[in-house]
Amino acid sequence: MKKAINLNVNGVSHTDEVEPRMLLVHYLRDVLDLTGTHVGCETSLCGACTVMLDGQAVKSCTVFAVQADGATVTTIEGLAKNGELHPVQEGFWEKHGLQCGYCTPGMIVTAAQLLDRNPDPSREEICHGLEGNLCRCTGYQHIIEAVQYAAKKAGQR
Amino acid sequence: MTEKYVGKRVKRTEDPRLIRGLAHYVDDISLPNTLHVAFVRSYYAHAKINSIDTSAALAAPGVVAVYTGKDVADKVGPVPCAGALPDLKVPDHRVLAKDKVYFVGHPVVAIVAKNRYAAQDGVDLVVVDYEELPVVTDVEAAAAGGPVIHDGFSDNIAYRLTSGEGDIDAAFAAADRTVKQRVLHRRLAPIAMEPRGVLARYFPGEEELTIWSSTQIPHLMRTQVALMIGIPENKLRVITPEVGGGFGSKLNVYSEEALLGWISMQLGKPVKWIETRRENIQATIHGRGQVGDVEVAFKNDGTLLGLRYSVFADMGAYHQLLTPAIPTLTGLMLSGAYKIPAIQMNITACFTNKMATDAYRGAGRPEATYIVERALDLVAADLGVDPAEVRRKNFPAADEFPFHTATGLDYDSGDYEAALNKAQHIVDYAALRKEQKKARDEGRLIGIGVSTYVEICALGPSQAMPAGGWESATVRIEPTGKVTVLTGASPHGQGQETSFAQIAADELGVNINDVTVIHGDTGVVQYGIGTFGSRATAVGGTAVYVAIQKLKEKAHKIATHMLQADASRVSFEGGKYSREAAVAASATGTSEPVVPVGEAPAGALPEPQTEGKSSLTIQDIALAAHLAKELPPDTEPGLSATYFFEPKNFTFPFGTHICVVEIDRDTGDIKFLRYVAVDDCGKVINPLLVDGQVHGGIVQSIGQAMYEEVVYDEQGQLITGTLMDYAVPRASHVPNFELDRTETPSPVNPLGVKGVGEAGTIGATPAIVGAIVDALAPFGVKHLDMPIKPENVWRIISHG
Repeated sequence: MKKAINLNVNGVSHTDEVEPRMLLVHYLRDVLDLTGTHVGCETSLCGACTVMLDGQAVKSCTVFAVQADGATVTTIEGLAKNGELHPVQEGFWEKHGLQCGYCTPGMIVTAAQLLDRNPDPSREEICHGLEGNLCRCTGYQHIIEAVQYAAKKAGQR
Repeated sequence: MTEKYVGKRVKRTEDPRLIRGLAHYVDDISLPNTLHVAFVRSYYAHAKINSIDTSAALAAPGVVAVYTGKDVADKVGPVPCAGALPDLKVPDHRVLAKDKVYFVGHPVVAIVAKNRYAAQDGVDLVVVDYEELPVVTDVEAAAAGGPVIHDGFSDNIAYRLTSGEGDIDAAFAAADRTVKQRVLHRRLAPIAMEPRGVLARYFPGEEELTIWSSTQIPHLMRTQVALMIGIPENKLRVITPEVGGGFGSKLNVYSEEALLGWISMQLGKPVKWIETRRENIQATIHGRGQVGDVEVAFKNDGTLLGLRYSVFADMGAYHQLLTPAIPTLTGLMLSGAYKIPAIQMNITACFTNKMATDAYRGAGRPEATYIVERALDLVAADLGVDPAEVRRKNFPAADEFPFHTATGLDYDSGDYEAALNKAQHIVDYAALRKEQKKARDEGRLIGIGVSTYVEICALGPSQAMPAGGWESATVRIEPTGKVTVLTGASPHGQGQETSFAQIAADELGVNINDVTVIHGDTGVVQYGIGTFGSRATAVGGTAVYVAIQKLKEKAHKIATHMLQADASRVSFEGGKYSREAAVAASATGTSEPVVPVGEAPAGALPEPQTEGKSSLTIQDIALAAHLAKELPPDTEPGLSATYFFEPKNFTFPFGTHICVVEIDRDTGDIKFLRYVAVDDCGKVINPLLVDGQVHGGIVQSIGQAMYEEVVYDEQGQLITGTLMDYAVPRASHVPNFELDRTETPSPVNPLGVKGVGEAGTIGATPAIVGAIVDALAPFGVKHLDMPIKPENVWRIISHG
């Protein structure tokens, strides 16, 4: 039996009927066609599916869409404002923080929240903050530099 | 002067779509009325299938079709193996198991349903009656006898091979000393962050099939899948959209790719299968999987005389595309960076009830480097000399290249000592050794590991490759002056859209933003080989470079005609063809497109304004070539060139990695203090991308050295079946890398590039393991097998 849900995703309100078992990530991808959020595992380990749910970075592969009823969701597609990249997005581009790009949306959303909480993190704090996100390409060094770049850039604004 | 892009840290042109979540991987492509496929996979490692009951699945809501191995056995051909070795046993590898299952994850039934949830429901409703059979998991046991896995074979030995040159017995007879060590290379899971995925759409009217697949080799896959499902190759189009990493795991042709194509043809609808991570660890190829003994013969002064490596190689249950070839690559690289007059490798390759092994980043070469570098450390320990000095003593000098090895190769160019010197200088090696001694006296456990690796890249001459080792490029300049590059080397994260655009922009003297690099679509791009074996830039980039030279020959001819000058007096610089006197004045910058967007007159192409000009941009010439009103006699219209580059040799990048670790006595925890990598990949197109490749490669080595291991139990059950159990390095596991380079151009290609995609994975494991072993030397440790975990270390410290 389907259940009606209402979510605000990237500033747009959506009402849909979904199966209770539908995962939030599948709702975002298959129903709303927001395919920037990726699926890299089914055990909440890789972080490719990370989105902001009411301001908290969560792994949308382990949240049911019905649990997000009434919530505000920000996905990678909603980070840039008025065509201007989020400082973390800019950092990833400047510092070559991505190669295949598959982990990147989740990594950027996680890093954005990390900087919300701690605008001037140490290298160690950045690494700790990214513990829940796997990257197989970059070896993380450029990702760490991307977050450092973003912290500096956001601090200047 | 013209802005040059090659050699600069140019930001990637691919990134804007990727960082905004707007790129398209296979699962991001939706077609109307797409059906979803899920697989029933074996949970036994070896069993007979007595019966399969699919009735409940077929009756489930949303399920559209169900296919078993019997349904497809005479419809879809076997999964191909391209390895060609004498007396190689090749099992009949069907896309779905028919009578028996041979490994955990072996696909048994395909369920097709209206959505992915319904397909998974269908999977749960299939009842397979299995009868368990004896399981073979240990590769040495497989060689020794016991139950035979495949009917029709007399044993589990896929092949035996002995390779190498020089008199190995004489080398050991003449040696002052020898060392011997058993070395394990555990199975690794490549774990590309994007699992595999296939979307297939058959157009019944046109009789055309399009397959979107997350693959490294769209053209080779097209050829093989066309043969497997019996569709004419020119009616099959393979598209690789964004590919989320491969590391060799997508350098293959898999059951699912052919089966999805065939199912779409049966049902006349699009069908999609997206691999789960669990399936990915079960049924995407594994890497490594060797256990062997290395023996080295040497003199008292440290001169190497001979090296023998006798290895059991674990093929798994079936051959995938290159499975049997991988251990032979190990054999090729057993000379490492050293003069070793006699080398012998003895391979015993065996079937086991496990997933197939195949190419994982480095593909046989990390094994070789690890064996040779560990052996050199043992030689140094045996002689009581510094490991760096044993290496230095046995290097070929820079003037000894091309250097012939006893494995039958000719190394193209190198200066191994320069890289070692540079790395030692950066790390201040002498001071570091002193510091280590002092720390040891204080009871601290600090270790230093040195790896002076060489790798074989730019695969490769076609003679050495099963399906050709060349690469292709087409370069054309469109009427509006925009440059289109079509490359057969389809990337999956390496950044060829940027690096190939850098090459094209420099050679044509245009702005990089005017260049678009297209790849990964067999309907658009000329036949190509693909991206693997650190070959894309050295072979594919060279194809781009040479295609441009061909294009420029034609452009020059047209320019000469249009400028009404003598051919010898027209020169090309900064994107412009000029009559000689005008060169200095005109070469002020990159040329701009003839037709700025939005300013073209409606309905017609503009006439090039050439009257009375002393110079023309190459983009002016492109327009003239398309209008074809002012061409020299006997000149084809259009401005386009295609080149298939066949390299004459491999390239041999090299370098020195030095790793410094400290071990916590109480916990066995291993902490990186320094990691210095000096790599020589020849000429560098984009240092930013090279750094990224090196970082990523080293971290995969850290994973192999300290965390990763695919574990099967005695029943062949996969114990590390999810990312909960299979440990991939995280941000907090990696050191801050200190990178540098030496630059020894390769003479094999005009760009002088060697390749860098696998350097880190090949060079780093011996440095890391060497450092850990060195830290534990006070406990008498001479060798440890990977992955070295804190628990192993703690036990050594606690119990000796």
